[in-house]
Amino acid sequence: MSAHEQVHALEDHHDDGFGHHHKETFITKYVFSQDHKTISRQYMITGIFMGVIGILMSLLFRLQLAWPDHTFTIYEILLGKWGENGIMDPSVYLALVTIHGTIMVFFVLTAGLSGTFSNLLIPLQIGARDMASGFLNMVSYWLFFISSVIMLCSLFVEAGPASAGWTIYPPLSALPQAIPGSGTGMTLWLISIAIFIASSLLGSLNFIVTILNLRTKGMSMTRLPLTVWSFFVTALVGLVSFPVLFSAALMLIMDRSFGTSFFLSDIYIAGEVLHHQGGSPVLFEHLFWFLGHPEVYIVILPAMGIVSEILATNSRKPIFGYRAMVASLLAIGFLSTIVWGHHMFVSGMNPFLGSVFTFTTLLIAIPSAVKSFNWITTIWRGNIQMNVAMLWSIGFVSTFITGGLTGIIVGDSALDINVHDTYFVVAHFHLVMGISAAYGFLAGIYHWFPIMFQGRLMNKNLGYIHFWVTAIGAYGIFFPMHFVGLAGLPRRYYTNTNFPYFDDLADINVVMTVFAIITISAQVIFLYNFFHSMFYGKKGPQNPWHATTLEWTAAQPHVHGNWIGPIPHVYRWAYDYSKLNKDETDYVIPGQDYVPQNIPLMENEDEMNH
Amino acid sequence: MAKSKPVGHADIASDKDNNLNGYLMIGFLIFIYLLTIVSFWLWSKTLLPESGSEHGSRIDNLMLVTMILIFIVGILTQGMLHYFAFIYRGKKGKRAIFYADNDKLEFIWTIIPVITLAGLIIYGLFTWTDIMNVDRDDDPLIVELYAKQFSWHARYGGNDNTLGEANVRLIEGVNELGVDPADPNGHDDKVVSELHLPVGRKVLFKIRSQDVLHSVYMPHFRAQMNSVPGMITQFALTPTVTTEDMRKTDHIIEKVRNINEIRANESKDLVAKGDDPLEPYEFDYLLLCNKICGVSHYNMQMKIVVESEEDYNAWLAEKPTLAEQLKKQ
Repeated sequence: MSAHEQVHALEDHHDDGFGHHHKETFITKYVFSQDHKTISRQYMITGIFMGVIGILMSLLFRLQLAWPDHTFTIYEILLGKWGENGIMDPSVYLALVTIHGTIMVFFVLTAGLSGTFSNLLIPLQIGARDMASGFLNMVSYWLFFISSVIMLCSLFVEAGPASAGWTIYPPLSALPQAIPGSGTGMTLWLISIAIFIASSLLGSLNFIVTILNLRTKGMSMTRLPLTVWSFFVTALVGLVSFPVLFSAALMLIMDRSFGTSFFLSDIYIAGEVLHHQGGSPVLFEHLFWFLGHPEVYIVILPAMGIVSEILATNSRKPIFGYRAMVASLLAIGFLSTIVWGHHMFVSGMNPFLGSVFTFTTLLIAIPSAVKSFNWITTIWRGNIQMNVAMLWSIGFVSTFITGGLTGIIVGDSALDINVHDTYFVVAHFHLVMGISAAYGFLAGIYHWFPIMFQGRLMNKNLGYIHFWVTAIGAYGIFFPMHFVGLAGLPRRYYTNTNFPYFDDLADINVVMTVFAIITISAQVIFLYNFFHSMFYGKKGPQNPWHATTLEWTAAQPHVHGNWIGPIPHVYRWAYDYSKLNKDETDYVIPGQDYVPQNIPLMENEDEMNH
Repeated sequence: MAKSKPVGHADIASDKDNNLNGYLMIGFLIFIYLLTIVSFWLWSKTLLPESGSEHGSRIDNLMLVTMILIFIVGILTQGMLHYFAFIYRGKKGKRAIFYADNDKLEFIWTIIPVITLAGLIIYGLFTWTDIMNVDRDDDPLIVELYAKQFSWHARYGGNDNTLGEANVRLIEGVNELGVDPADPNGHDDKVVSELHLPVGRKVLFKIRSQDVLHSVYMPHFRAQMNSVPGMITQFALTPTVTTEDMRKTDHIIEKVRNINEIRANESKDLVAKGDDPLEPYEFDYLLLCNKICGVSHYNMQMKIVVESEEDYNAWLAEKPTLAEQLKKQ
């Protein structure tokens, strides 16, 4: 009896009532779908679309930074009245960096990454028919969609979109007199983010409930793939922190429109004294970063889970130190909520608080270090299959280490004094959470593309070109950027030509922009590959990467409900790669170097702890 | 192992792909190392010069220790990651090791970061506490830094070294900083738009903002503090190198020479177009705004001059007091 037959024999004993098909129309199948797989694709496509806009914005301001004295017709084409005669207006420069940050952090790396893969993988990997509430899941996506539309609409208002930086510190963001973007643009920004938060909370609640309640028989928490663990912790962190941003946004709306003074006090602007008294911008900073810092972990944790999974699968080895990986996810999740003050060392808050936050911040380096070492050990003595997803995962570990190490500098209050708000910080967070999370996103897309698109694979060779150009380009942009920061150049400067002292940074800026242009161009290859493969990609086998997790046993082409017939049961953890039988003569299943989770324990194998 | 079915097919990764990408991993490692070396070689001279303040050299030491540490860790881990990716690249029939756990190993690489970070945390916290805790017994010079869109003012406490009370609600006419005319401490205050500091004397900056958040950033002194409407923030430092002496350091001479070369080249283009050439550059300490504050955030600066006590006193003596200014009005 072969392994597969064994499984079928076992599965015959249980049936949980799949098969109540109802007729689906185009609208219920592709638009207002409650199927987590469709919702996942909706998140992905929306995320990619927003990503294209966010990245093109960065292209524009990189051009301005490298060649501040040149005129570019593209400014006039894309920015209209803010790019007249090919000269970029300083206010639109600030708008571009603000909306770039907002879009990339919230719309691409939060909703795009976690929304796509939590939705796709949680039910499939834990063995569930769908999310706990398919309806709430659908509502969650459409709220995200509305919030994206509002954010994009804000680009077209007369005075321009929000331009006070993605951190929208008041009073700048509260007073239209202070900057044009703080008028209607800022109002739309706040509405958009408020709706985004509602979407995110509905999603998180759904993810948590699904993971806790809908695991298939045998899928204990300690058998969950690390992807699911990371989505779980991400959802918890989001649940704890997003409501605080909501309250901050609400208070800011009150200050802006209803004359309250939560964040405003003693202000003289445009020739008059405002009535506001007693508020504090520092309060806003606390509230903002109480979300803002966990937010960067909301962005990076799913990427960590995805990378752990792909590294193990393609090294043909179990993930090294599964329990330590879970523990460090939990530790990072917990610590991420008590480090926010490291964004505020020089905000004017009590220096003693700065000490506390330095302490907690540097602590977070410990679980991060453990994870990095465990990833490196995972590929050690593997049989590494260099497919595209694997390259992105190795790339992730590389950028995560490089960006993470400089965190020891910016997280140390004494050192932060001189690099705070300089390009050093910009380089640090782009590598550690921007680029790394984007790599995780891309790794996930290449790896799970067949699950999303009826077994089709993305083109491998285009994927290789995409990876290598991006990998070199990303370092080419962000490594030199550290030097600009260490030279003392503040971020969010439209140009530094007013400081002859910084004239010698011009060529670094050109180098970074040239690498940015190359890197951004390489993404066109990805877009082509993505959309082309969606329709014309080669069909791979049911389980193309020879992975152990349950999603590869699901029905292809998909059905709403994931498995035709009963849900598979689980008998082992997700990492039985290259496991040998008791006599060490061959793999557990002869000739096959992996044992899927739904295969019962064999007679000739040792039982592990999982 | 007798009958190992080859892992995968052409679309997972063939042996050819594994080889090619394995070698590219090594190539990439070399690229990272070269990028580091080239960046240092090309751009070390653009970095900040030695610190111009007392506490700044302590920050620089801490920075050096941290940098050395992260470079060692970075070089080793990147080396291992890419080397392993290369050396363990897949091959048909190769068997990966089933290696799921090793408590001892994991304990070691948990405890090493714990110890190292404990050291860094302690070192960092001592430095931070010393910098931020201001001892008023040192009798520091009190200077107010006042930010508004998009300029800086400095206010000296005058003979009594005490600043008069101020609030933006009192701004009127020449009293641009809103100093309370009824407060006798404010009468001898002096408001200027260029910051002069005597070398070797501790200065305590009292920082205010008129409108939105700004940030006092003096990179050469390794000093930064936000300027927050509705509250007074502070930062203390002792300048140790006069502007004149800083101009004579090797690093600044080289940097200024380089900058002037760049400016001369640009001037040539400008003259060719019929514009005025750029002025040659001379080094000065700077105070920059480092918190986004509006459209002209990129050009909100103030010149700082560090000079001898006598020069400083002579300069300050010429400035009118607030009382004199108000009378004129």
